[in-house]
Amino acid sequence: MAVDMRLPTVRKQISLAGSNSNADGKHLVVPGDVITSDTGFMRGHGTYMDDEKLTASVAGEVERVNKLICVRPLKTRYNGEVGDVIVGRITEVQQKRWKVETNSRLDSVLLLSSVNLPGGELRRRSAEDELTMRDYLQEGDLISAEVQSVFSDGALSLHTRSLKYGKLGQGVLVQVSPSLVKRQKTHFHNLPCGASIILGNNGFLWLYPTPGQQDEEEGGYYTSLELVPLSDREVISRLRNCLLALAAHKVLLYDTSVLYCYESSLLYQIKDILKPETMDEIVMVTRQRLLDQEG
Amino acid sequence: MAGLELLSDQGYRLDGRKASELRKVQARMGVFGQADGSAYMEQGNTKALAVVYGPHEVRGSRSKSLHDRAVINCQYSMATFSTAERKRRPHGDRKSSEMSLHLKQTFEAAVLTQLYPRSQIDIYVKILQSDGGNYSACVNAATLALVDAGIPMRDYVCACTAGFAEGTALADLCHAEETGGGTALSLALLPRSQSIALVQMDARLHQDHLDTLMEAAMEACKGLSKVLDSVVRQHLQEVSVLSRD
Repeated sequence: MAVDMRLPTVRKQISLAGSNSNADGKHLVVPGDVITSDTGFMRGHGTYMDDEKLTASVAGEVERVNKLICVRPLKTRYNGEVGDVIVGRITEVQQKRWKVETNSRLDSVLLLSSVNLPGGELRRRSAEDELTMRDYLQEGDLISAEVQSVFSDGALSLHTRSLKYGKLGQGVLVQVSPSLVKRQKTHFHNLPCGASIILGNNGFLWLYPTPGQQDEEEGGYYTSLELVPLSDREVISRLRNCLLALAAHKVLLYDTSVLYCYESSLLYQIKDILKPETMDEIVMVTRQRLLDQEG
Repeated sequence: MAGLELLSDQGYRLDGRKASELRKVQARMGVFGQADGSAYMEQGNTKALAVVYGPHEVRGSRSKSLHDRAVINCQYSMATFSTAERKRRPHGDRKSSEMSLHLKQTFEAAVLTQLYPRSQIDIYVKILQSDGGNYSACVNAATLALVDAGIPMRDYVCACTAGFAEGTALADLCHAEETGGGTALSLALLPRSQSIALVQMDARLHQDHLDTLMEAAMEACKGLSKVLDSVVRQHLQEVSVLSRD
């Protein structure tokens, strides 16, 4: 088997020239920078008061909304909002609840009462259900869910009270920064290239073969163990590499950008997509097509 | 002083620096994709790598979690090839545990832990090459990694060592100067408020000299903070240009 090896190279300097006008428009601060000493402003996230002076506590961009001043860091963990679609992994089964790792600063909670159990929507949760919780979801299982509420300490409460949510079966998980996922009306897409994708708001992306008609009785806990054909698996691996390429170049992820990237990658072999020069090429074509489409 | 002349008559040190001159500092943020924050730091020949994970749910024993603030967990280790003599244990010995504890104390003073109740922030630092001032290289690397992870801090924490020879304070000691029999003082400073996060000195020193030594260490820390500042601003610019559209 041929192995591709390369020597370390000098990192490409990102040209700051020509973009200065844009960078000037942004107010960038670092921890300890005084944003304003005017007391008429309200303190938002990423700031603190130091002797009456509003000071930044993270490195990032200052955002002003009327009297409120926030600093948005470049990179953080996921901050959940009600209604977000997320993909997460079960870390613990407790009494009446599952703990779910969602790239958030605390583990999220999925209550037994906020899942759809097989056999009717409005069934009372009995003690028996509590004992068989592990039959539905056990440690290590991946789920898709929606954020139901946010607790005061920042932990999230999830629900899967819809047939589109539930346990995830065969597929590939890709992790990117949460800020790269574009907020849209729907985060479930059946791509025309022959695979489906869930773009979780928490930066967890799930690629899976497009399912046939769904069995409504199972309530989202049925996992197909059928063999996925090679062609589908190739599409999924190509999409995975495309997602990684887009994330490396910090392109916002949504159905159109993913699809364009997939189409521009068809000239190359799947394994070559992650080579830096190929990645540059593919992402550049994708960017161009996105710009053309916009205006 | 046994053998080594730490400061020549012309006022130059062993490696040709002046008394208050720092070694060359190079740093880079965001070196790993997997971690929440990471940084690489070189101070002369001392090289350190820091990664930050978190804030996340407290792993291991639940009893460690605090209901009103985040727990900071530090682990200091030295690569087996970092010193002239090969190390047997990269971490876990008495010296490393002490260093881990010092790092923890330093960052508890700077990170706004009360914003993240019941969670945990992990800081892992590794010395890749050791040439004196390991503690300060670790603190500076970890500061950059924390900034990269977007964890709120009061200010940067900058650390530097200072020594004393021939009645003069020397800033940013190298390995030969540290082991040459003189005194060495490590200082971690929050430069803007000039508050001290940690100060440590193992050797004996006359009380009258302490002030000059502290003064020299503080000056060195302020010099370092300027370098860190420019590294962070450069990184900020680059990333914000990339993610502009």
